[in-house]
Amino acid sequence: MASVIEKGKKKIKSNGKAKSAYSKETYLEWYEMMLRIRRFEEATLMAYGQQKVRGFCHVYIGQEAIAGGLVSALIPGDKIVTAYRQHGIALSRGMDSKSCMAELFGKSTGCVKGKGGSMHFFSKAHDYFGGNGIVGAQIPIGTGIAFAEKYKGTNNLCVTMFGDGASRQGALYESFNMAMTWKIPVLYIVENNGYAMGTSVDRTSNVTDIHTVGDAFDMAHEAIDGMHVEKVHEGLVRAAEHIRAGNGPYFLEIKTYRYKGHSVSDPAKYRTKEELNHYKGLDPVKNTELKILEDKIASKDEIQAIKDKIKIEIKEAVKFAEESPLPDGKGLYEDNYLQKDFPFLT
Amino acid sequence: MSRIITLRDALREAMSEEMRRDENVFLMGEEVAEYNGAYKVSKGMLEEFGEKRVIDTPIAELGFTGIGVGAAMNGLRPIVEFMTWNFAILAFDQIVNNAAKTLSQSAGQFSCPIVFRGPSGSAGQLAQQHSQTFESWMANCPGLKVISIIDPADSKGLLKSAIRDEDPVCFMESEVMYGMKGEVPEEEYLTPIGVAAVRKEGTDVTIVSYNKMMEEAKAAAAELEKEGISAEVIDLRTIKPLDYETIVKSVKKTNRLVVVDEAWPFAGVSAEVTYQLQKYAFDYLDAPIVRVNSADTSLAYSAPYVEEYLPNPKKIIDAVKSVMYVGA
Repeated sequence: MASVIEKGKKKIKSNGKAKSAYSKETYLEWYEMMLRIRRFEEATLMAYGQQKVRGFCHVYIGQEAIAGGLVSALIPGDKIVTAYRQHGIALSRGMDSKSCMAELFGKSTGCVKGKGGSMHFFSKAHDYFGGNGIVGAQIPIGTGIAFAEKYKGTNNLCVTMFGDGASRQGALYESFNMAMTWKIPVLYIVENNGYAMGTSVDRTSNVTDIHTVGDAFDMAHEAIDGMHVEKVHEGLVRAAEHIRAGNGPYFLEIKTYRYKGHSVSDPAKYRTKEELNHYKGLDPVKNTELKILEDKIASKDEIQAIKDKIKIEIKEAVKFAEESPLPDGKGLYEDNYLQKDFPFLT
Repeated sequence: MSRIITLRDALREAMSEEMRRDENVFLMGEEVAEYNGAYKVSKGMLEEFGEKRVIDTPIAELGFTGIGVGAAMNGLRPIVEFMTWNFAILAFDQIVNNAAKTLSQSAGQFSCPIVFRGPSGSAGQLAQQHSQTFESWMANCPGLKVISIIDPADSKGLLKSAIRDEDPVCFMESEVMYGMKGEVPEEEYLTPIGVAAVRKEGTDVTIVSYNKMMEEAKAAAAELEKEGISAEVIDLRTIKPLDYETIVKSVKKTNRLVVVDEAWPFAGVSAEVTYQLQKYAFDYLDAPIVRVNSADTSLAYSAPYVEEYLPNPKKIIDAVKSVMYVGA
């Protein structure tokens, strides 16, 4: 799917339309995924309020364009690892909203049998290496995943995502250094939503254009607009092409915004209403819908059909999660070691 | 057939044999390639396997350990060498939070077959930061296995088992023992993880130890023999999972136990062995279990401090005599 730009352009030519750079199929795919994530997260917040979802919980609302771009810009076999604001990334990999919602509910049918919760979805079948709960720890992990791709001689890369807060961790600098030295096929993405929990980017570093950290390693880097899925897609494709050509890593800073607090328990008092409203005006889900309708990429009915489909899907996901059985607590002893007869102490 | 080789040669043979057997095994760490290893354990490996598989890293323990963990999650079998486990502290986040937990977090979908290896413990007058032991730190964390050994033959067999193991293994060696020689079989063999070895049979008292304190324990046992005290000496070899059965079996025969452990006393291997033995061999014990640890202090530089700090044959002999209720 790295040729989506080309694929889209061809189709537009044959249709004789000029307004949109991408095909109807691509736009609807983006829209559907972003809407799925938005509705999934709204359902998550509701379930959290009902105490059906517990633990730390960080939703992706506002940042959906990034997940949308990931749907179209990668090729089969590419890997992803990210941090704990990860529901949207997992869904973008094609993971089933039922198994993801059931995971939040701590059910045995969850994508990791209720063992991970909100911060730790994984799916080997989707090349999804998980949500990591230690800020920045996934940066060397993703570098290692990509290292293995190079070692095995594949054409795949590992998208390694983290937040602006993680970009101040030493693990990033160590990883960047080795990734450039060894030309590892890793696509680093900092989702810069402006705040590390409650601390703004400019309060934690003299360098607020995070992507320029790449300069210290001669690493290709750029900042892109994360509120428009087209821009995200284009940035990802540019980065991926650079990496697949054997040039080593690429560092993308995607400027985005989260509409909710850091976690469900954060009232986000550290930012102004004006700022929030400004970014709500850039809502990637609404604006993509608007673009599709204004440019007549698809009809109102087609948009409505997607809305109806997602509404049912998320409703069914919640129902599935609610009705699924809790795991047997004895399962705690599974998956600590692959050794079957490991003698646990009592 | 066997021959006499050093511990460092035995460890290198283990890695090289496994790398010949499985192309997904590779070695990374500081100075492992062109310098031939800080302690020459990996001497000649770059020449045989090339820079793709014997990789010099920058001094960035957290970063290269994480790269190893990620590579293991994605199908490779890394051997990560730490110049010493003291430097591995910088990488504990990756070992404890990722290597150990990946299997559980992913409900069995992602495993982490990786070996973290290097010397642990004191090594002469290296002072506070370069003299620590980490067996009990690592063994405390579910998801990890821990091996700590200096016997050349068993080191080779256990390192080969560790490299083939599907779970993450922490492998502790000893700087001052790399040149120690021992008989090592020429033919290929594996030594099982999780099984202790009785190094010397005896009837009066059991002495349990591991890593280089085994040398002190064996020296103490030889001295005791002259005084007519027959000590059975057990080498734990693996710290986790720990082979309690071998110790219980021995104590049922000797009725007395001394644990010799280079680690600090608090909540360490010696405490764990003592707990398990009072639980499973209470009725067989004729005396409270006594342990000989390093001092509950940081290790200072000058020779008298080192002497004061470490277990030695005299301290072990005193401990044995105390559990036997004979005058020191």
